[in-house]
Amino acid sequence: MNLKETKWFMVTLVGKDQIGIVAKITTILYEAGCNLGEASMLRLGGNFTIMLMVNSQASSEDLEKLLQPIADNLQLHLHIDAIDGQLHQHQVPNVRVSVHSADRAGIVAKVTTVLAEAGLNILELESDVGGNETKPFYIMQIEGIATLGLPALELALQTLFSKQPDIEVKLEPIETMVM
Amino acid sequence: MAILDLLTYPDVRLKSVSTPVTSFDEKLHSFINDLEDTMRAGPGSVGIAAPQVGHFERIVIVDVSSKRKIKHHGRLILINPEIIEWDGLEIGREGCMSVPDYTANVIRAKTIKLIAFDEKGIEHQYDMEAYEARVVQHEIDHLDGLLFLDRIVSRRNDLFRRKVYK
Repeated sequence: MNLKETKWFMVTLVGKDQIGIVAKITTILYEAGCNLGEASMLRLGGNFTIMLMVNSQASSEDLEKLLQPIADNLQLHLHIDAIDGQLHQHQVPNVRVSVHSADRAGIVAKVTTVLAEAGLNILELESDVGGNETKPFYIMQIEGIATLGLPALELALQTLFSKQPDIEVKLEPIETMVM
Repeated sequence: MAILDLLTYPDVRLKSVSTPVTSFDEKLHSFINDLEDTMRAGPGSVGIAAPQVGHFERIVIVDVSSKRKIKHHGRLILINPEIIEWDGLEIGREGCMSVPDYTANVIRAKTIKLIAFDEKGIEHQYDMEAYEARVVQHEIDHLDGLLFLDRIVSRRNDLFRRKVYK
């Protein structure tokens, strides 16, 4: 691969889920000489969502011309941003926060606000809504870096929990062992 | 003292299955010294297996004594190690000198009973738990040509242990 004069783009695609979205999008990119970086692709509700790092010699406009027809064909919304690649610089999380409760407005806002104030840099957040329409529940897992230390986060969650006792929150350190 | 070159993924030699050590001689001791130097040279490294340096014999070094208060056996030379009992499951995050810039969650047995020879050829039995047990399982995987990449679990499905704030 000639890395000269290639640029990184974040390609976002969102639409109704169907079989073959990933195969069709990535095949077109591959055949156009693009390389892929890190990606998150998952079904959220009935939608399929793609956030995909694409490395290409093409311009943003060329990439859009390449992808727009297939996005239209698959009825996906397409969005392209020029970005810095920054591969091979993974940050290692040192804390995991798991939350679950009855689903209601404000859980994410309340939890993440106190955590941000206590120095948590979120590297990854995944959440799901389970249960059924009359009794939905919300579950969330966060991995991140406690930039002000774990006790600060622990204290923040304890304070939150004293006001919101129906939210189950668990904080645990992640110790990464290298072998 | 010598620091050996590490094989790094995707080097296919990391998939090799290592053979048992048969002679506990000076050559073995010399290699173990170099292997330990290589482990100590890796930042924060708590274990190493011979195939990581391209030497395909069943030799592992483990030393988790630098970690916070945990049960451990100190510096261990484990030759022809064999896990004879497993119990419990635990998720933990692992990294590997042979897999740069990547860490992931892996399920391992919580406690193990291990039989291994030392560098003099004397057999020992160890009961290990948690952190030390995890390192040994990771290293024995190397002897069988497996990396932690072969055992990654999804964060999305991680076990959730309840904690109640009071």
